[in-house]
Amino acid sequence: MGMTITEKILAAHAEMDNVRPGDFLQAQVDMALANDITAPLAIQVFDEIGREQLFDREKVALVPDHFVPNKDIPSAEQAKLMREFARKYDVKNYFEVGEMGIEHVILPEKGLVIPGDLVIGADSHTCTYGALGAFASGVGSTDLGVIMATGKIWLKVPPTIKVWFESELLPWVGGKDLILYLLGELGVEGANYRSIEFTGPVIQKLSMDSRFTMANMAVEGGAKNGIFEADEITKAYVTERSSRQPQYWKSDPDADYEREITIDVGQIQPQVAFPHSPDNVRPVSEATDIRPDQVFIGSCTNGRMEDLQQAAEVLKGRAVARGLRLIVIPGSPDIYKKAIREGIIETFLEAGATIGPPSCGPCLGGHLGILAEGEKCVSTSNRNFIGRMGHPESEVYLVNPVVAAASAVLGRIGLPDEM
Amino acid sequence: MNIEGKVWKFGDNIDTDVIIPARFLNVSDKGELVKNCFTDLRPDFSKGVSQGDIIVGGNNFGCGSSREHAPLAIKESGIAAIVAKSFARIFYRNAFNIGLPILECREAVDPVKENDQIYLDLSTGEIVNRGSGERFSAKPIPDFMMQIIQAGGLVEYVRTQSINSSKSEVS
Ligand code: SF4
Repeated sequence: MGMTITEKILAAHAEMDNVRPGDFLQAQVDMALANDITAPLAIQVFDEIGREQLFDREKVALVPDHFVPNKDIPSAEQAKLMREFARKYDVKNYFEVGEMGIEHVILPEKGLVIPGDLVIGADSHTCTYGALGAFASGVGSTDLGVIMATGKIWLKVPPTIKVWFESELLPWVGGKDLILYLLGELGVEGANYRSIEFTGPVIQKLSMDSRFTMANMAVEGGAKNGIFEADEITKAYVTERSSRQPQYWKSDPDADYEREITIDVGQIQPQVAFPHSPDNVRPVSEATDIRPDQVFIGSCTNGRMEDLQQAAEVLKGRAVARGLRLIVIPGSPDIYKKAIREGIIETFLEAGATIGPPSCGPCLGGHLGILAEGEKCVSTSNRNFIGRMGHPESEVYLVNPVVAAASAVLGRIGLPDEM
Repeated sequence: MNIEGKVWKFGDNIDTDVIIPARFLNVSDKGELVKNCFTDLRPDFSKGVSQGDIIVGGNNFGCGSSREHAPLAIKESGIAAIVAKSFARIFYRNAFNIGLPILECREAVDPVKENDQIYLDLSTGEIVNRGSGERFSAKPIPDFMMQIIQAGGLVEYVRTQSINSSKSEVS
């Protein structure tokens, strides 16, 4: 019996020839990641274990992105704790304000994750790096503290669901819509404990940025990881960023899948996930009476260059609807700089948007755009749980960047054709 | 390991934002986490919960973020165990890693009501509703996870392991 990409990566990192779903193994970690929320607890764990150094100072990344630049004294204390730890243990990949952006945007951008890697992060959206053909999964702080000390993690090999995307994309449809549609099919628990392998002719044509968007939301279906086979598009992305040697794994033709799903993308309109669950999806045409108070373009789902470019194209020469707030947050300083050079930031400002510093921003209701009671936000992020962006009586609608931009202009959810 | 306690009943898809909203995550102080646990969904929880109570939840308990503050807030509130139809993956491993026992049992959940008294035998997976006398059997906890629980959590487990393996250079 053959193996899937996920099984091959896990086997290689546990020095085993063959693994099957359900096997427990101890795997060597190539990169361990934490942020300003999860690092403080992980540091406590690391201290309790009592090692004098990190397992490898080059294989730990600490990114303050959730509440930074700090919003209050307690969050400043958390960030300080992380900064001092980074200094004390000489963490190579610590990103200070000015260099920092959203963890899941900057790690790939800086070439810190490459195909074939095994990456574990104390953040659920660590699964984003599956876009590169790496095994990447989110854990809690205890796991991460243990990895910082030992370089190892216990894992159970997940069964894999293979999703085959075929046919041609409709206008205004992107990676975000494919993953939202899939979540609608699977449900928020449909891939629990499982791996999702994204494949098919549509996937082969998708840009890296769209693949990151899709892998990012695998966890919204409960998945342990989402993964793409690395191809020429991946190679081009990676070779200009890293000098390490990637491992390009492919699933065997006789690999064992728990389930195979085929999706005809020609049926998929731009999608909207209604409150309060990412699988509560409807086509945009059924959402046109929703009038947002705020539109947010950013996050580790859709805060990359392609996302900003698409949004800017819609906003060019237009204005944000009266009384509506448009918040745009580039995912990293590099994206920010590029967006300035391309005139995209000016387009946003001319349209009436405000630009936030590269960070998570309002995505998790921490700061920089929290919602008041009864307010609605149309957002390019990944979660719309109760109270996710602020008041428990506020609402979040998840969309792609084009729909977000068009909705900001229209003052209601809609498409660019309607402007 | 046996646990007996009073039930707090929850529904499906109880996510980590509901367990402990992000606006309270600027600290990892345990007292603060306890105070804000379930604050939006069950404002009565943090005041009403007693040491040794048990949470019974529906499908996909603990979905959402990787924040260990969620199982930690529950454990520090005094909850001794969670029984649910199913758990979200990261929550499942976090709970074991911090030594909060959890049992997956589809059948036990619907018949159990708020304030029922239930008994759990962690090693066999047996669940007994003291009021009705109904018995259920949960999925047994995998051996590997049981070792972590018996060690008192992953940190203790790793500590003992590294003592045992320091000669063989495993870590
Ligand atoms: S952007 Fe949102 S989802 Fe992504 S890491 Fe930040 S808070 Fe989490």
